Amino acid sequence: MEIDRVLRFENVGLRYGMGPEILRDLSFVIQPHSFQFLTGPSGAGKTTLLRLILMTLKPTRGLINLFGQEVARLDKDEMTGLRRRIGVVFQDFRLLDHLTTYENVALPLRVQGKDEASYRSEVIELLRWVGLGERMHVPPTVLSGGEKQRAAIARAVMVQPDLLLADEPTGNVDPPLARRLLRLFTELHRQGTSIVLATHDFDLMDQFDARRFVLADGYLEIFS
Amino acid sequence: MPRIDKAAISRSASRSAAIAARATGDLTVRAIGLAVAANRGLRLSRRRDTALLPASSISGRALVLIIAIMAFLASLTAGTVQLVSSASTNWRSAIAREVTIQVRPQVGRDTDADVKQAAAITRASAGVDAVDVYSKAQSTQLLEPWLGQDFELTEIPIPRIIAVKVSGHPDFGTLRKTLDQIPGVSLDDHRIWTARLSTMANAMILVGLVILGLVLTASGLAVAFATRGAMAGTREIIDVLHLVGGTDRFIANQFQRHFLRLGLKGGGIGGLAAIAVFVAAGLASRQWVATPGGDQVDALFGTFSLGLGGYGAVVVIAGVVALITTVVSRLTVFRNLRGLE
Repeated sequence: MEIDRVLRFENVGLRYGMGPEILRDLSFVIQPHSFQFLTGPSGAGKTTLLRLILMTLKPTRGLINLFGQEVARLDKDEMTGLRRRIGVVFQDFRLLDHLTTYENVALPLRVQGKDEASYRSEVIELLRWVGLGERMHVPPTVLSGGEKQRAAIARAVMVQPDLLLADEPTGNVDPPLARRLLRLFTELHRQGTSIVLATHDFDLMDQFDARRFVLADGYLEIFS
Repeated sequence: MPRIDKAAISRSASRSAAIAARATGDLTVRAIGLAVAANRGLRLSRRRDTALLPASSISGRALVLIIAIMAFLASLTAGTVQLVSSASTNWRSAIAREVTIQVRPQVGRDTDADVKQAAAITRASAGVDAVDVYSKAQSTQLLEPWLGQDFELTEIPIPRIIAVKVSGHPDFGTLRKTLDQIPGVSLDDHRIWTARLSTMANAMILVGLVILGLVLTASGLAVAFATRGAMAGTREIIDVLHLVGGTDRFIANQFQRHFLRLGLKGGGIGGLAAIAVFVAAGLASRQWVATPGGDQVDALFGTFSLGLGGYGAVVVIAGVVALITTVVSRLTVFRNLRGLE
């Protein structure tokens, strides 16, 4: 079903306990098929904002509407259903060390109960494309930082999500590979996925013309 | 390591890649296209997925040992309950099939004549199968275990015994009234003894069942603690599974699979150990046959054999322990996952 908005934040604020608000009055909309960079100084709350979108944090005030549904009214299964439409690249990769790289990348499909034979060739091809074709049978513990990054990206894009959240996805790779990964994200965007890419890398942002969400002092400014 | 037919994968992946590349002519599109394309029906060899919860995260050996001990105790209790229950039924049925008539010597009366008269009245009663009149010598012999062989019994008025085998439900009330007309004659249908025996057997069965319940409860609690420990040790894995779209049910299934295996293993070991104990006890009791101790055991437990029903009960208990392990782990996971919200 086509929806007019992927995500809408209305006056969203977040504080931990009785501390000061770390995110204040965030109001923005993410349209379908859109691409936005999320940037700002370290500690500005980029990861926290991504966690709010991913529903692993609850806002202390304001409304979040994801894929046309009020997040505050969702039960756990409904949240899981929405999460299946979101791909996430975590800053710390969050790969499972006891699984092989192949199994990590295939994990979103496996938890959906899909038969392994139905996705094997796609997973292998994606792993080859991100340069992990020869490393698919090894656990993440023997991968380099860059390789882990690529495995995490492959896992996030595996299900061709409606919304992709990437937290510093090019932080551990060299510039040529960063460009290649950005190309992967832009291609996903071209095919209909909305992208939120959190990064410090201005060179990377200069390579693709997209909205920039700048977080500073808890406030969000949007530059189109 | 997963078993992957690399050659087959390589061939199939190359074919997929070629199809996508021809369609788009673009490397990136080829990759994305392949990533999201439906399965093209290529025949791929099946492989076994690695468990999502590493076995090392669950203290398996200790838990299997605990479950095995619990299953052993539960099976032993269930077997003993079954043994006592069947022995009690046998006792009661054997006692109910026999009644005793006692003829106490009376001054001025011919005891032998009284015995004959009582036996004749009894034989004429409905439901009486056999009447065994104990001679004076036989009656005296019954006292020997208590008084010894050297004791002079000829001067003592020893009651005479008539053992009566009955079937069905004889009218003991009428027989008792008729026998009461002969002075010194009384009928004992063992009612009080049977009632006491029943009470004792039922009490033993009740205690056994309570112990069984406690053992099974303790097993459940041990599994609940083990599950909580395993969840604490796999918190990161659970988070990742949630974040990539795993439902609580999916995660609970992963734990349940682990614990079912441990439960079956522990339950099987405990059940087999209990069966071994009962088989050994049965064999040992056969060695004691015709010894005073053996006779007492035989009187108490019959042949000390569980029978098919008893062994069946042990198998069922082992299965119940495995089932409890599975269900408790699942419920514990669900409860803890709700707490993570």
